[in-house]
Amino acid sequence: MTQGITGRTGQFHTANCLAYAFGRDCFVAGVTPGRGGEFIEDVPVFETVVEARDQTGCDVSVIYVPPPFAAAAMIEAIDAEIGLVICITEGVPVKDMIQIRHRMTDSTTVLIGPNCPGVITPEEVKIGIMPGYIHRSGPVGVVSRSGTLTYEVVGQLSSVGLGQSTCVGIGGDPVNGMKHLDIMALFNADPATEAVVMCGEIGGTDEEACAAWIKTHMTKPVVAFIAGATAPPGKRMGHAGAIIAGGTGSAEDKIKALEDAGVAVVRSPAEIGTRMRDLLGHA
Amino acid sequence: MKIHEYQGKEILGRYGVSVPLGVVCRSIEEVNLLAPTVMGPPWVVKAQIHAGGRGKGGGVKVVSSLEDVHQAAEEMLGMMLVTHQTTPDGQQVRRLLIEEGVAIHSEMYFGVVIDRVSQRVVIIGSAQGGMDIESVAASTPEHIHRLSVDPVAGVDEAALALLAEQMGIPSDSQREAVGLFSSVYQAFWETDASLVEINPLILTEDQRLVALDAKFNFDDSALFRQPDIAALRDFDEENQDEVDASAHGLNYIALDGSIGCLVNGAGLAMATMDIIKFYGGEPANFLDVGGGATTEQVTEAFKLMLRNESLRAILVNIFGGIMRCDVVAEGLVSAAQEVNLDVPLVVRLEGTNVERGREILAESNIEIIPAATMAEAAEKVVAAAS
Repeated sequence: MTQGITGRTGQFHTANCLAYAFGRDCFVAGVTPGRGGEFIEDVPVFETVVEARDQTGCDVSVIYVPPPFAAAAMIEAIDAEIGLVICITEGVPVKDMIQIRHRMTDSTTVLIGPNCPGVITPEEVKIGIMPGYIHRSGPVGVVSRSGTLTYEVVGQLSSVGLGQSTCVGIGGDPVNGMKHLDIMALFNADPATEAVVMCGEIGGTDEEACAAWIKTHMTKPVVAFIAGATAPPGKRMGHAGAIIAGGTGSAEDKIKALEDAGVAVVRSPAEIGTRMRDLLGHA
Repeated sequence: MKIHEYQGKEILGRYGVSVPLGVVCRSIEEVNLLAPTVMGPPWVVKAQIHAGGRGKGGGVKVVSSLEDVHQAAEEMLGMMLVTHQTTPDGQQVRRLLIEEGVAIHSEMYFGVVIDRVSQRVVIIGSAQGGMDIESVAASTPEHIHRLSVDPVAGVDEAALALLAEQMGIPSDSQREAVGLFSSVYQAFWETDASLVEINPLILTEDQRLVALDAKFNFDDSALFRQPDIAALRDFDEENQDEVDASAHGLNYIALDGSIGCLVNGAGLAMATMDIIKFYGGEPANFLDVGGGATTEQVTEAFKLMLRNESLRAILVNIFGGIMRCDVVAEGLVSAAQEVNLDVPLVVRLEGTNVERGREILAESNIEIIPAATMAEAAEKVVAAAS
């Protein structure tokens, strides 16, 4: 379901998702309070998430609600026990996210985002704002904190003949849902994924935590790139989370942790696709 | 968003935290008029700029007569104060905070921050006050005490009392400390702050707890619901180019190099800076035009980059997803016509409607060095700039 389906952004991207692969079979509901009973792109609109869930059996939600209302939309989906919630909205206050993370303590809901491009399983379903046509179905999982950098990676993989199993944009906010580590574990368990590209960036220690997990658990090859090696300390580089502060979050620390875990870290973002091709030795 | 020390102390004062009494002055006339209303001697004259490390740069003076207040104010007002957090040119001092001096018994550190690991607010206390907390954390981590806050239940008073003890606050003052800690946390939470630091928090000779400094940072994403906080923004403290950029919905950060970058998306913009460096060049800026830039925004982005006297070449790197390459190309052509483009321009376009975009660029009479990949674009722009 799309929460915020009647807004300009929600409507535009839902139309694109419907047109991609099996989108028509997957997108079954929209939610906008006060607009129940309408249809957007032939998709029925409901008043509440619970109503949409009960009427359609839908268990995944994607949110395009503007920042002041995004937290309420996420909470509604979490309280309705939606299995997977993907929040695209950029600019959700950190305080709202702290409260949401607390509310999710005993929840079964998996949250991706906010401030992310979404999730795509190429040639099956696209849930988010990524350009579908650059993707090919194949063996490489992609996890990234950035939108257009993910497209760059996918473009490189596709151009060297490597398709993608699933691409997950986890978003660039400091307090959010799934982290690199969580997605890495899912890729490790996914039979359709043979190898993973991980794009991190400066700020926080999520990449280091993921590196520690890779070292002891990961059975598949990983290629990584960390954006922001040239960024000055103390400056926020676009993403709220991309800031080197208090001596932590530098690209060098992350690269060192990943290399120590046996990850193939590329220093040039242009070498991600070819490095993966060399690593897999086919395609 | 950052604010000045005096503004931070006003917020703390509203929440019942003791701060030294003082006045804010923007001119020598105001100093002469207002300084005599402040209790002394001694007096403390503090330059108000957003950067830290003011004391070492000569931005904080303790004086024992009103003549010396006047003298210190004359020296500081208008000076370019250089600290480890300013540019090498320094930041101009436009305001002074003149405060009553306080007899210090001991100095401590108290902070409230967003902790990414626990995804919660964390309170930090240390008996080691008045110095850089990051150095304390690095050299003597046992002196740093942390307390995670439940976002619904709020602060736990018993835990705060223990923290006060760990910070070396005598038992007679622990009740006061718990109240002060709760108040600072409340100020943090209610104003959508991302950081509050009181360094030092002092115990006075007469056993009172006073916030001798106050540093607040706020969550930019929450300013829409914090109009009183947003009103505290001081544009004089910010880079003019960055202010102009944000007024046009662009994310721009000035850097020291010679190669301008215009990119869509923050991650790709950082990666573009990195690859320029990888090929031996130095980026002149970080510039993210966002997901749906208009012709006007692209034009504005070019104007911003061209203000930079060190600029030797420009690299445009667009991976169009939602943003269509033909729209970007039209924006580039229109911008190049409007501004006087006197440096080499390397353009790498990829993504939606890329063929049409490349046609538009080819049909225009602008001199463009085209590139098919990021690597090719970086190599070409580094060559063009040198």
